[in-house]
Amino acid sequence: MNNSVNSLSTEELSAIDEELEHAPYRSAVAIDALKIVQSHRGWVSDSSIKEIANYLEMSSEELDSIATFYNLIFRRPVGENVILFCDSVSCWIRGCAKLEKHINKTLGITRGQTTEDDKFTLVPVPCLGACDKAPVMMVGDSLHENLTEESINRILEDAAVKGKER
Amino acid sequence: MPTIVIDGKEYEVPQGENILEACLGLGLDLPYFCWHPAMGSIGSCRQCAVIQYQNPEDERGKLVMGCMTPVQDGARFSITNEAASSFREFIIESLMVNHPHDCPVCAEGGECHLQDMTVMAGHRDRRYRGLKKTHRNQYLGPLIHHEMNRCITCYRCVRFYKDYAGGSDLSAMASHDHVYFGRHEDGKLESPFSGNLVEVCPTGVFTDKHLVNDYTRKWDLQSAPSICPGCSVGCNTSPGERYGKLKRVHNRYNPDINGYFLCDKGRFGATYVNSEKRIPAVGRRSKDGLFDAIDSSQALTDIAKGLSTSKVIGIGSPRTSIETNFALQNLVGQQNFCTGISETETALVSACIEAIKESGAKIPSPREIERCDAILILGEDVTNTATRIALSLRQAVRNEAFNMAEGLQLQSWQDAATRMLVQDERSPLFLASPHATQLDDIAEGIFNLSPSNIAHLGYSVASLIEGKKDDAAKKTDANDYGNIAEALLKAERPLIISGTGVTDTSVIKAASSITSALVAKGKETYLSLIYQEANTLGITLLDQGQGPSLSNIFEQGENNSIQTLIIVENDLYRRAAKHKVDKLLQAADQVIVLDILDNETCNQADIVIPASSFAECEGTLINFEGRAQRHFPVFESKHPCRPSWEWLTEIGKISSNKNMLEWQCFDDINKACSESSSTLTGINEVAPDRKYRVGGRKIPRQPHRYSGRTAMVANLSVHEPKQTDDTETPLGFTMEGHSGDRPGELIPFVWAPGWNSNHSVHKLQTGSEGELKGGRSVVKIESKKLIQSKQQVKSVNQNNDQDHFIAVAMYKIFGTGELSSQSPGIIELCESESIELAIEAADKLGVSNGDGVTAHGVNGTVDLEVKINDSLISNCVGIIQGMPGAANINPGEGLSLTRSENWVRRSEIISSDQLGGKNV
Repeated sequence: MNNSVNSLSTEELSAIDEELEHAPYRSAVAIDALKIVQSHRGWVSDSSIKEIANYLEMSSEELDSIATFYNLIFRRPVGENVILFCDSVSCWIRGCAKLEKHINKTLGITRGQTTEDDKFTLVPVPCLGACDKAPVMMVGDSLHENLTEESINRILEDAAVKGKER
Repeated sequence: MPTIVIDGKEYEVPQGENILEACLGLGLDLPYFCWHPAMGSIGSCRQCAVIQYQNPEDERGKLVMGCMTPVQDGARFSITNEAASSFREFIIESLMVNHPHDCPVCAEGGECHLQDMTVMAGHRDRRYRGLKKTHRNQYLGPLIHHEMNRCITCYRCVRFYKDYAGGSDLSAMASHDHVYFGRHEDGKLESPFSGNLVEVCPTGVFTDKHLVNDYTRKWDLQSAPSICPGCSVGCNTSPGERYGKLKRVHNRYNPDINGYFLCDKGRFGATYVNSEKRIPAVGRRSKDGLFDAIDSSQALTDIAKGLSTSKVIGIGSPRTSIETNFALQNLVGQQNFCTGISETETALVSACIEAIKESGAKIPSPREIERCDAILILGEDVTNTATRIALSLRQAVRNEAFNMAEGLQLQSWQDAATRMLVQDERSPLFLASPHATQLDDIAEGIFNLSPSNIAHLGYSVASLIEGKKDDAAKKTDANDYGNIAEALLKAERPLIISGTGVTDTSVIKAASSITSALVAKGKETYLSLIYQEANTLGITLLDQGQGPSLSNIFEQGENNSIQTLIIVENDLYRRAAKHKVDKLLQAADQVIVLDILDNETCNQADIVIPASSFAECEGTLINFEGRAQRHFPVFESKHPCRPSWEWLTEIGKISSNKNMLEWQCFDDINKACSESSSTLTGINEVAPDRKYRVGGRKIPRQPHRYSGRTAMVANLSVHEPKQTDDTETPLGFTMEGHSGDRPGELIPFVWAPGWNSNHSVHKLQTGSEGELKGGRSVVKIESKKLIQSKQQVKSVNQNNDQDHFIAVAMYKIFGTGELSSQSPGIIELCESESIELAIEAADKLGVSNGDGVTAHGVNGTVDLEVKINDSLISNCVGIIQGMPGAANINPGEGLSLTRSENWVRRSEIISSDQLGGKNV
């Protein structure tokens, strides 16, 4: 539709195209396209918003209103591992507040912050659907249950060594 | 009408309304935020909660949202119930959690819906002691100021901007207490209706930047009922003044025309009134070529002397009132009065008048346009030439949505539900234009054609409607244009839009033949023809084709038969080729120019006389429907200007012009004008005359809280000066007088106890979007009374071979208007003078954006800057109208183009340079 240079990668574009095949109109895949770009780049930058919006024939404002609505679309750079820490009712009963403080102390970051070495970002989530094994958190794509201070130390050490989980 | 019970009292309310609407209509106070009379209900702010009782025995009731609850016969409600009122108070308290306490420095203060509602809901003490959420504000362009911290997330801004006005560059971002209304990044808001955010926002998130920079509270503004002089729609406005400066323009409710909304040209394009280019005094050119200020009475006497002894020609103007033009016509005589409209445009206007007379269609008001359910636009770029109508068209295509909703027994005010139900279904709108337009996004069919092919499309549609199947060649048309004909025939109220912006008279004739065909089929057909200026139709009806045309005047000039030339509020260099105007102005022995702002024509004058702007004088304008409307002076100018009709009358009296001797005031001129021809009969009934009083009292222009009348001039004298007497109008330059129900045309500003914001208008209405309680005079010139003007146009020399491009007239909302483009803010948005080329044409000429081309036409050559417009069809070039260079090219003529080798690319113009370093 427009001749501007589109710097979305071929992989990203083909993944978006695949989604487009199942969609009644282009802007219907907005959320999927944001997830695709985030999975390749870790986050969605202002210029990515413009490029995706252009590709889906919608305005940057429309796409940005979707991108900013969802907590798990990151509009700022995040660390290699994003910690999704549940602070919902079951986890709270099982002492997540104390564990969160432990993470704060261990990594030196609070909610929404990223460690200086860009290894971790801490983001609270309302529920991970594993209340029977509370307290829980996700690091990257893996769910960690029945957390204790010790298990958290181990999980963070492993993740720091392994780098970004795919 | 259903009867409902509110707090034990029975009321009859209109069927189909919701409780909030009904309460407001009954004059009961019920606070609200997200509801808007033109945008319906979404039930999101929870502010209009009331108690509804299930049956006569029910003592407890339940909380319901007034805006989401339809009225039902026998239903019982309570507004004052403790549960409901404390709920409403609590809602305000929660909204206030993040709202800053910055009312004293907020531009909304004193006319803030949030302030009004807070007081109404009874919330007084903030209990929240925590930190407030703060946001970064955005730069939204030169017109709108953004202060996001004040937001209470009612969502009305995006509902207006996106849903109602079709904009796409303002959105709600993020969620919960991060919600942010803005753009993806800093930048000017692109919608030509963005200014309405100032009035739509219930608090001070979006405010008028011009007002913010030079601020006055609403209660300190002096206002008068006015008419926007920006285009031929004639929206009703309420300009406000303080310290001799026009501070802002607000919407003035007129249910037929603008309703609650204006376009940005109308709202922000009037502050040229304060321009430094105002003509400072009556001036006579001295031998050194500069102007010397002279005594006005001496000047008038000199002019009058010249009138009796020489051949005089008067050139009027379509941008000023009927009365000014009528005074000039009387001064110089009908045979010497020229409308001052260009030759090409005159032919187009004549074609329009002919079309109205012949087609038998109805001429719709913008409100009636909203009810039309199939639309065909032939050539006219409505968003740029009659902007407010584009907003009406966006509502018209929703008729399909309302039909679908009705099928599910959903009321039209159920906004979110209706939009969810219909998704992208629209009533059909077809567009034919040589280039892309800002209505393309709602069009079912877009036909990119040259003007002559648009006419062909029109004729084909007309014959398809008539059911003619005469020749096989029409078959292709039947395929392409068949669905247009079908949609128009299927509609209950089909509407055809065209106008003088189309370049080619045959397009207007084609529009006329489609309407005739539809009328013949028994359809309730509407025809809307757009003119380019506020009084184009008015002056044409005044002239009735009797006076000389502009080219006739040029010929007379060449024969040296003009001794005195009086030009009133018209820069001829925008109307005709420079060499012709130069010759004319040199040939005349004496050139007298009356105008508001200095311009090229003034520079060539022997005597210049400062004229009052629309905000400083009374006048009648006739809009595109033939509706006559009056604007009243808002304030007394600090300049020594006077209304043009007053200057001209004075000259007439000195020269003992017998028609004019009896004219003592505006009303006399107006009355003489309405008696002068059967066409203009009735323009004296447009508004009450100067003797109108209510209980012996005039209508005040100032609110009762108007402050500082002594302090304002304390630097000159500590004694409060006597307020000026207004002997010309029923209004007074005071705070004292009658402020109850008044006729709609005499409402200077809206206010009601407890309602300081513009929402107070509902206290003056009989129901939302309804009539005004004080009545309203509607004077529309009947189609059958229109007098056809003689067509005086020589056929334009059309070179339609391959080497020539057709010059297509292009109009721009910002830039084409001579006066509006001198307003601060608008200056920054104005398009520069340029020629728009399709990519193919640019490639052929070897030019790109910013290069120059030389256009060779009937008036010789002119160099213009290239702007590539990839939507333009390749054999056409767009000439932006209203610019001096563009006046050298007649729309419709064949141009040969060459690359201009000497062209110097322009460096970025910084608007502050144009403003002379002031006011930035």
